[in-house]
Amino acid sequence: MLIKKQYDVVVIGSGPGGLAAAIEAKKGGADDVLVIERDVELGGILLQCIHNGFGLQTFKEDLPGPEYAQRYINEARTLGITFLMDTMVMDVTSQRKLYLTSQDFGYIEVDAHAIVLAMGCRERTRAQVRLPGYRPNGVFTAGTAQRWVNVEGYMPGNNFVVLGSGDIGMIMARRLTFEGAHVERVLEIQSYLSGLSRNYVQCLDDWGIPLQLQHTVKRILGKNRVEAIEAVAVDDKWNFIPGSEEIIPCDTLLLSVGLIPENELSKKAGVLLDPVTGGPFVDEHFQTNVPGIFAAGNVVHVYDLVDWVSLAGAEAGRSAAEFALAEKERSARYIPLVPGKNVRYIVPHKLDKKALEKGDISLQMRVTKPIEEDVWMEVHGEENSIVRRSERYVRPGEMVTIVLKPKMAAEVEKAGRLTVDIYPKSEA
Amino acid sequence: MEEKNFICTACPMGCKLIVRMEGDEVVKILGHRCRKGETYGRQEAIAPQRMLASTVKVPNGFHPLLPVYTKGSIPKQRISEVLEKIRAVEVTAPIKAEDVIIPNVIGTGVDVIASRDMPAKN
Amino acid sequence: MQEKYDYIVIGGGVVGAMIARWLSRYEGKLLLIEKEADIGMGCSSANTAIVHAGYDPLPGSLKALMNVRANPMWDQLAGELNFPFERRGDYVVAIGEEELPLIHKLMDQGIKNGVPGMMMLDAGEMRSRERDINPETSGALWATTGGICDPFQVTVAAAENAVINGATVLLNTKFEDFIWEGSRVIGVKTNRGDFFARWVINSAGIYSDAVMHKAGVRPEFIIKPRKGEYFIFDRAEVQIHNVLFPVPSSRGKGILVTGTLHENTIVGPNGNVIDDKEDTSMTKEGMDELLDGAKKLIPSLNLRHSIANFVGLRPMGNGPCYTPGINYNNDYVIEVPSSVQGFVNLGGIESPGLTSAPAIAEMVVDLMKDAGEEFVAKKDWDPIRPGRPRFAHMTHQERKLLCDMDPRYGRVICRCENVTEGEIVAEIHSPVPALTYDAIKRRTWLGTGRCQGGFDMTRVVAILARELGVSPFEISKRGESSEYLFRTTKDLEVSDVN
Repeated sequence: MLIKKQYDVVVIGSGPGGLAAAIEAKKGGADDVLVIERDVELGGILLQCIHNGFGLQTFKEDLPGPEYAQRYINEARTLGITFLMDTMVMDVTSQRKLYLTSQDFGYIEVDAHAIVLAMGCRERTRAQVRLPGYRPNGVFTAGTAQRWVNVEGYMPGNNFVVLGSGDIGMIMARRLTFEGAHVERVLEIQSYLSGLSRNYVQCLDDWGIPLQLQHTVKRILGKNRVEAIEAVAVDDKWNFIPGSEEIIPCDTLLLSVGLIPENELSKKAGVLLDPVTGGPFVDEHFQTNVPGIFAAGNVVHVYDLVDWVSLAGAEAGRSAAEFALAEKERSARYIPLVPGKNVRYIVPHKLDKKALEKGDISLQMRVTKPIEEDVWMEVHGEENSIVRRSERYVRPGEMVTIVLKPKMAAEVEKAGRLTVDIYPKSEA
Repeated sequence: MEEKNFICTACPMGCKLIVRMEGDEVVKILGHRCRKGETYGRQEAIAPQRMLASTVKVPNGFHPLLPVYTKGSIPKQRISEVLEKIRAVEVTAPIKAEDVIIPNVIGTGVDVIASRDMPAKN
Repeated sequence: MQEKYDYIVIGGGVVGAMIARWLSRYEGKLLLIEKEADIGMGCSSANTAIVHAGYDPLPGSLKALMNVRANPMWDQLAGELNFPFERRGDYVVAIGEEELPLIHKLMDQGIKNGVPGMMMLDAGEMRSRERDINPETSGALWATTGGICDPFQVTVAAAENAVINGATVLLNTKFEDFIWEGSRVIGVKTNRGDFFARWVINSAGIYSDAVMHKAGVRPEFIIKPRKGEYFIFDRAEVQIHNVLFPVPSSRGKGILVTGTLHENTIVGPNGNVIDDKEDTSMTKEGMDELLDGAKKLIPSLNLRHSIANFVGLRPMGNGPCYTPGINYNNDYVIEVPSSVQGFVNLGGIESPGLTSAPAIAEMVVDLMKDAGEEFVAKKDWDPIRPGRPRFAHMTHQERKLLCDMDPRYGRVICRCENVTEGEIVAEIHSPVPALTYDAIKRRTWLGTGRCQGGFDMTRVVAILARELGVSPFEISKRGESSEYLFRTTKDLEVSDVN
């Protein structure tokens, strides 16, 4: 596959945000749309969310995650969007240059007229940092376990305790039970459920998995592998209540303690982040503070329903296409100014053809050698002459100026480049 | 007279429902704030239903497991049976999303279908 | 795997690896045995990473001698072995007027030890060096010869250089007893069989006392583990570049706040003596101690920004100092005991052990020469251990060239620390191979970033299984009993609905 040097819209991430953005960008008139995905296939995190609950708004159906993604993947493929999988974006600049790396094509640069950031989020892990005890194997985020269980086909444990009543933790509690594991307890430090109540009913209550609110993990036991955790009750300020400790034997502790928008690339591009959301500051079109860089989905803030992510992605994609087309149109208006006979250099180096309609443009130049006789100074396109003026002499020490006037705009419009020649009249 | 308590899952509000039964008949539903809640309470009390999602083995697939789900809800009481049926299945790639993997699983009238395309391992 | 060697080194920590490196210079078959699943898993990879200037050890002690002799060796060593090393200088920061005399005393001690390049800074000067330093600083001792390294890289590099020069390293091989011929040690018994040698060197770290007792040497020598707990901070939130010591106390050099060569800031260690040589657990009390210690130097430091913790057990021994007039009982034991032939004995190599390692290795060779060993230098000895490419530290152009050379460097596995599949594969097949997740983590710094392995973990397990040709169920975090995966998803029956 030939990778172009320039794309109209580049989308980073092929989860629900990215796919929706790419589709709308393409429909919005962007010809070259590229989606970059670090995993080996499209779909993002939805591929491992095999449970139902997706698409109630978008498709009026209750779909599992992979099928929701499949609908968008199918549409994106029919539209002729370009996909790069197993590819990592290493860097993005505020000039919208991207550095990509993959096993297939190595390390390359791609330019974009507009970019949509759709990297989603990562799971919070710091909960375990301030836990006393050893650092045995068997402490995983719920998402890592989900990937092993649902995609790669491995069980990373037999007896689980889940810390955090976030949706991912509750969903995994049920999933693990379905695959023959034992989930002993779900602990939640707050006094309220962290995720949706429907998940409490269908994942914990249905399966008799006890939920303990205002509880947390005080200690992890086990040196090489988790052997048990010490649970403890907490007060409203999260202080341990002495005497409430309970040792719960298990071999795995799953962490479901929050999601953080993944904005390392955004920062590299100069995108400003809101410390409250953890995501970029955006306007109603999801454009960040960097012109031409948009963001959509969980990378902006953590959503509750994927349907809203797709809507946001669509808006960002539409706006990105609009921006890209305006950018292309603007840069297409520029033509180079080329030094011709006896001209050493010309400033400006390029001009916006449309700008000439609004006023004069001065071309300043210097000659390569003195010509001490009458000269013609001519500005011409490939096949037409724009203006010709005479001078009595030209010298390298004296700057030469030729002024282009609005009345010349029609002729300039026909040219792909303008060349300036200065030569003696005697040679004409 | 029996009283059953549920958290409604018809919408994210999660109203606490109380359903009073006389034998197999629903006598009164309390705590709902909309029609959907009333329906949910009645169903949940008489014959609770659930959507089910799991995975089946696909040894020649791009991934070793294919995610599948019930196209419609099945009786909650029979989830274990359905899971056992699903566990016994092995499919062959390529698979397309919504391909029927187990038609009319355990006579519920509900098909178990594929959640995604699964190409073969190349 | 042959059984007969000339030299056997017990223990693959930084000291054992360095001794192996020094011995590999000479003709003779060399074996290094290490009981864990990787080299350097003891306190060699769980320390403050400082190459000390040498003002701290007691003048006249073997610790002081080794420290000051070793410090200048590090530049050449880093160049030959290609590990990260920088001379950033140490600051010993006095807080409050009452601590000033203590740092003056430290400087005097440094002068006695022969430490060059030390200087006193006043409060204003110290504040200008470290913007966030405790405003109540009254000044500092600045020792310009202090440095920082990546201690695990040092250990691996030394061991790899030994292997490059013909040595054998056996992991998961645990010393059990000596094999004797009269009063001569002629080999060792291990859990993987018997190995014979003309010389056996004890550098078993925290268990060096148990090993020497098996030789009947120094029955009164006891190692007590001194637990050092540490926090690592998110480099995006906390950026301390300098190496900051507090004024030392009887419990040790104190709780440092220091930059590292991975650009993280670390705080630690505390120094509580414990009984259990296997207790590397982090304690609540320890965390509180670390916070207090850190705040003494950098009051604005917030534990909220910590992303990891680790614990190292330093082997504190009760070796006597033999310098006349010095009454000191925590000195290094480095000797060829008179009661046993064919045995070099080391014990109690705690701080400044990392710093001293090259000088200790040199001393071991000298002691063996004095005891009659006739070393013949290898004609083809290669002092260089080549470094391996680190994608994360390369420019765009360098990365492009690397990918063109080997496409596996184009596949990023750890997104937060930019570690590629090419690098992981290289470590698995390196002279001292990485066989576990933690082994790869120590070598590449993968999994230490924002997501703490969230993205890379499942992928690294798959790569390890593939490259080692084993089932994924055998892949572990740190050796036996720490495997990741228990079974495949479809094995067991489902439990009933409630």
